Amino acid sequence: MSKIITSLDEVLEQVQDGASIAVGGFGLCGIPEKLIIALQEKGTKELTVYSNNCGVDDWGLGLLLQNKQIKKMVASYVGENKTFEKQFLSGELEVELVPQGTLAERLRAGGAGIPGFYTATGVGTEVAKGKEHKEFDGKTYILERGIVADFAFVKAWKADPFGNLVFRKTARNFNPTVATAGKITIVEVEELVGAGELDADEIHTPGVYVQHVYEGKAYEKRIERLTTRKEA
Amino acid sequence: MSGREKILNRAVKEIKDGMCVNLGIGMPTLIADRIPEEFDVMLQSENGLLGIGSYPKESEVDADLINAGKETVTAKRNASYFDSAESFSMIRGGHIDLAILGGMEVSETGDLANWMIPGKMVKGMGGAMDLVQGAKRIVVIMDHRNKYGESKVKKSCELPLTGEGVVHVLITDMAVFEFTEKGMELVELQEGVTLEELKEATTASFIVRESVK
Repeated sequence: MSKIITSLDEVLEQVQDGASIAVGGFGLCGIPEKLIIALQEKGTKELTVYSNNCGVDDWGLGLLLQNKQIKKMVASYVGENKTFEKQFLSGELEVELVPQGTLAERLRAGGAGIPGFYTATGVGTEVAKGKEHKEFDGKTYILERGIVADFAFVKAWKADPFGNLVFRKTARNFNPTVATAGKITIVEVEELVGAGELDADEIHTPGVYVQHVYEGKAYEKRIERLTTRKEA
Repeated sequence: MSGREKILNRAVKEIKDGMCVNLGIGMPTLIADRIPEEFDVMLQSENGLLGIGSYPKESEVDADLINAGKETVTAKRNASYFDSAESFSMIRGGHIDLAILGGMEVSETGDLANWMIPGKMVKGMGGAMDLVQGAKRIVVIMDHRNKYGESKVKKSCELPLTGEGVVHVLITDMAVFEFTEKGMELVELQEGVTLEELKEATTASFIVRESVK
């Protein structure tokens, strides 16, 4: 069965109200912009979303917020989004703030079949409340749980028909980790290449993690903070 | 010299040749430009870059290359890209030599609060809680007092903590403190500040290193 899909609509049919989705990206860098837009159009509601950030008001995951499709957001930093603030303060949106490294490791663990792990991150803070504490070699750690999501939405640079993935620069970020943590992983790419065209040594994510690959057109790739130096 | 200049000039001295360093978002980012050119320092960005270069020229801007503050950047020679789990393995596994972070409050036992103010919109801790637990050395830079003139260097933090007993060095516009087994120790006064003025402006208890007396 081919992993290549030419329309996102048919695979998104599987995403039902109440589903959990792990989404790649850091800020607006490396976000699966086509998948997010397609899910916004589909209108699936009551979603639990695992993602480092929640986009901005009118782009990225912010689009799903505007449409009130997200019930619970699990993220490390959500500071760039007014819609988020409004829905959070009104109690419409449930939020779990997770330290960024803990979020990455929870996704990595979930994808690797590890149900929980101990970390020093968050000890002595609000993050540690209600969690098991354990001492190893005289230092205190807390138990954090692995994350397995119903779906993973991933943005890669290139893919081959088997779903082997290559990412580009810092657009890699959470994407490879998220790819392992979905029961069904859907990847959108800028360029779909032929079988054998990717060198086995350059592959960042082996295709075993990937169920569907979609080649997107005309990526917008918005920049959140354009900073430059003067041309010499 | 402004308070901020004093802080930044002193903070850059914590960076030694050959180090891998994470600079927090905001004021710590400004330290990058002050690192001596002859130093071989690799700056880490927790979104997946070791070896942050300068900001790009307009013609070099690449939406796929940003720092943790979501600013467009470049990568310097010997740089590497990696995913977020790898990035935090680096941080949590103790492979980053130094992290310089901003602060809202620091206590005399080295607790740091820098991520949320109750009653205000919570933005999230990002990677700060990982950095304070994982990096080998934690330097906090902040103004000594808030805008109401109250000490931000406290007996104990009132704001929710980022980490407990995690600060090694605190650099403010008034002084530099180190946290050791002896407790919080004043090691330097910033130019133009007297010990009396410092004591007046500080609610934390601290010991004074012989060289400062």
